[in-house]
Amino acid sequence: MSSASLDARSNLAWFLTGMRGITSLPALILMTSFVGFSAFALESGITRDQAVFMTLAVWALPAKMILIGSMAGGAPLAACFLAVTLSSIRMMPMVASIMPDMKSERSPTWLLLFLSHFVAITSWVFAIQHLENVPRERRTAYFGGFAITLTLVNAVIVGVCYGIVAQFPPLVSGALFMMTPVYFFASIWSSARHSVVRLAFVVGVVMGPAMALVDPEFDIVYAGLGGGTLAYLLDRFVIRRVGRRALSRPASPEDVP
Amino acid sequence: MMENGWWVYVVIIVAGWLATDMWRWLGVLVGNRLDEDSEALQWVRAVATALVMAVTSKLVFFPTGTLADSPLWLRLGALGIGFLAFLLAGQRVIVCVVVSISLLIAGLALL
Repeated sequence: MSSASLDARSNLAWFLTGMRGITSLPALILMTSFVGFSAFALESGITRDQAVFMTLAVWALPAKMILIGSMAGGAPLAACFLAVTLSSIRMMPMVASIMPDMKSERSPTWLLLFLSHFVAITSWVFAIQHLENVPRERRTAYFGGFAITLTLVNAVIVGVCYGIVAQFPPLVSGALFMMTPVYFFASIWSSARHSVVRLAFVVGVVMGPAMALVDPEFDIVYAGLGGGTLAYLLDRFVIRRVGRRALSRPASPEDVP
Repeated sequence: MMENGWWVYVVIIVAGWLATDMWRWLGVLVGNRLDEDSEALQWVRAVATALVMAVTSKLVFFPTGTLADSPLWLRLGALGIGFLAFLLAGQRVIVCVVVSISLLIAGLALL
C-alpha cells in the first residue's frame, strides 16, 4: 500500500492548491501581457473569436506574436508554419527539462502529453520553482491546477479585453505593449541556469534587430540558429574552458594531499 | 487579408497549434532520455534562447501600434535602466517591470 500521507490530500486538493498560483506575481504580469496581446490582435486584423481560439490552441505568447505577424504579412501557410515552429523549438528542451521532476512512475504518458500543452515561460518557471515542494504523486495535479487555470483565465481576458483596449489612451496601450518584452527580458534571464543561456540571451538581443535590418525575411533564423550556435561555441570553447582553468587552479601541487 | 474566416482557423490549427505542440510532445518523449548535461541539449538551449530573445528584442526596436511613434532611445533607456535595477535587486522580475514601465510612461507623458 502507498503511504497514508499520500492520501491525506487528494489530487483535487493539490489541483486547487496549484490554482491558487493564479494570484502569484508572474501570473498577474502575464495577464497584463495578454491584455496587451488582445490589443495587438485587434490592430493586426484578428477577430475576437480567432484571438481567443489562438490563446487556447497555441498558448505561448511569442509563438502567437509570430503567427499573427506572419499572417498579417500575408505569408503562405507553409511559411507561417516554418516561422512559428522554428520559434517553438525551445518548447522541447523546456518541456524535457521539467519532465523528470513532474512525472511519477504511475503518470500515464497521455496525461503528460496533455499537460505539456500548457507549458510556456510562466508555467515553466513555476514548475522549476515549486514542484520539488509537492509530493511526487501529486505533481501532475498541482501543475495542471496552475497551468490549465492560467491558460483559461488568459483566454477569458483576451475575450473580454479585445476591443476595450482600442479605446485606451495611447499612454496606456503603449505601456501594455511594452509589458511583454520587459517581462520576457527579466523572467528568462532570472530562470537561466547555464552560462550558455545568458550568452545566447545577449547574442539574441543584439542579433535580432541587427539581422532585421540586413534581411527581414530570415532575420529570426539567422539570429536564432546562427546566433545560438555562435553562443554555444563561444560558451563551450571559451567561457567553460576559462572557467575550468579557474576551477582547476586551486588544485596546485601543494593542495594535493 | 483575413476575410476568409474558416481558413484563418486552419492556419491557426496547422501553423499555430501543431507547430508549437509537436515540440512540446517531443519534449515529453525525450524528457526522460535526454541527459541534462549533454552537449546537444546545451546547443538546443542556446538556439532556443537566442530565437526567443531575437523576437523579444525586435518588439522593443521595431514596435507596432502606438509605440511605433515613440523615440528608440526612450524604449531602450526604459528597458536598460529597468534591467539594471532588476540585476541590482537580486533579479526580481517585478523590479524590472515597475521601473521600465514607469520610465516609459513618464517619458511618453513628457514628450
